[in-house]
Amino acid sequence: MKPAPTAATPAATSTAAPAPAGSPARDVAAAAPALALGDDALVLSHRLGEWAGHAPVLEEEVALANIALDLLGQARVLLSLVGDEDELAYLREERSFRNCQLVEQPNGDFAHTIARQLYFSTYQELLYGQLAVGDGPLAPLAAKAVKEVAYHRDHAEQWTLRLGDGTQESHERIQRGLDALWRFTGELFEPVTGLDLDLTALHDDWITRIASVLTRATLTVPQGASRGAWTAGAGRQGLHTESFGRMLAEMQHLHRSHPGATW
Amino acid sequence: MTTIAPDAESLAVLEAGFDAAVAADERIEPRDWMPDAYRASLVRQIAQHAHSEIIGMQPEANWITRAPSLRRKAILMAKVQDEAGHGLYLYSAAETLGVGRDELLGKLHSGRQKYSSIFNYPTLTWADVGAIGWLVDGAAITNQVPLCRCSYGPYARAMVRVCKEESFHQRQGYELLLALSRGTDAQHAMAQDAVDRWWWPSLMMFGPPDDESAHSARSMAWKIKRHSNDELRQRFVDICVPQAESLGLTLPDPDLTWDEQRGHWNFGPIDWDEFREVLKGNGPCNEQRINQRRRAHEDGAWVRDAAAAYAAKHGEGNR
Ligand SMILES: [Fe+2]
Ligand SMILES: [Fe+2]
Repeated sequence: MKPAPTAATPAATSTAAPAPAGSPARDVAAAAPALALGDDALVLSHRLGEWAGHAPVLEEEVALANIALDLLGQARVLLSLVGDEDELAYLREERSFRNCQLVEQPNGDFAHTIARQLYFSTYQELLYGQLAVGDGPLAPLAAKAVKEVAYHRDHAEQWTLRLGDGTQESHERIQRGLDALWRFTGELFEPVTGLDLDLTALHDDWITRIASVLTRATLTVPQGASRGAWTAGAGRQGLHTESFGRMLAEMQHLHRSHPGATW
Repeated sequence: MTTIAPDAESLAVLEAGFDAAVAADERIEPRDWMPDAYRASLVRQIAQHAHSEIIGMQPEANWITRAPSLRRKAILMAKVQDEAGHGLYLYSAAETLGVGRDELLGKLHSGRQKYSSIFNYPTLTWADVGAIGWLVDGAAITNQVPLCRCSYGPYARAMVRVCKEESFHQRQGYELLLALSRGTDAQHAMAQDAVDRWWWPSLMMFGPPDDESAHSARSMAWKIKRHSNDELRQRFVDICVPQAESLGLTLPDPDLTWDEQRGHWNFGPIDWDEFREVLKGNGPCNEQRINQRRRAHEDGAWVRDAAAAYAAKHGEGNR
């Protein structure tokens, strides 16, 4: 088996992941944030890919695949800023992934998936919006991706409205999804190493937007804790939830079964 | 769809007009008069085609979460998404003949309409994704390119869009197999095993031999179909033999020989018993495929209900 790339070694204290030896010159300053945001996109893309062949209507087969493909495209650009995309995706252990816990949450029913998508794409649109206007190394990617993400957010909003203000059953299901995932939303507003963000503005805008959609959808903004009580941290520190290991086992097994092979 | 039945005389005029249009290679459009049997035959064929696109997503979706590189994963996701899109075009084409998607899905789920039997075979290794692209999409293209000239306009136009994407599907499958064939010994063996398993079922995709094909002759007269099953099958074999050689893989048929006189490859007998058994429901995955389809549909019922309720409340036509 190939050694895990340097960027992948768990290092809670490191500020920026070094570029692996032998790879073309990479922007070291961009590596840590690119890893976090790249892992977000990679993992959520994977979860959405699990819907293929199971969506409630044919139009959603197309829409969910579209979103998954956009995210995978973003992940590949971001991970390539850090090192070899496949080494990073397939050869890191669970504790080396830097994605937030929200994106790794299992799909659940369609409402649960839409709730996850609403929380995340609203965050991602605001985040990329901030990065796009800066002059940091992620600005070009963010400028392109923010347009894609605006569509993802719109898709999630439209479905939140339909489910919230549809039938009694759909209303209950989407509210359950929103409530269950609420405790993973606080992590989105933790500082990300190497990213110069206005986190207060990010959080305020996010809450405003989410509250506005939920109100229009006749839903309520969840009241519980927005983060789990665990001082060890969360996804950005490489601490994940139990289902994530299984997800990685499935994702990585074929690649790892053929060390050194090209595909 | 019910119109006042024309009397015998005007019916004869309508039929003559229809026959003349078909003979002149003109397109029949939804508003044109057409014989009931022509309409029924098209509905049957387009529905079966649409169902095949959406059931066909399953064997490949089986590998999305295990794709061994991010590049391959993106290609596979895009391909499976295309198949969903093909399903959409085709259900729309069927709608122009007066049958809605819900009705057709109901018939698929209850087993009254069929999908291509090829999707009742399992995808056991990653190489199967390549073999499906190369052979199954390849056979589909051979079948579908002539359908771009089908006498029914909406079906022909749907096929033009579909065929463009199918050629990308076929190429990615070929390229995937080539990478495996030239890779490690284990990868090469994986590719050979997949081709061994998919070759014969893909030849069966062209349907029974011409003398046993129930619908062929009439479909050809109506120019829904342009070539016979056996002609298309031969064309496919002739394309595949040199491609297999370039791939460095062998086709599992000891009788494959070049026939100088015919200018075609001869091939061995097809196991039509297996074909009939799989068609009857006794293939390795018939139950699994239809059950997954039904489950997705049933699990999604509350979502569709919600969309309909929302649209009714807010006057939105969107689903
Ligand atoms: Fe297709
Ligand atoms: Fe295809």
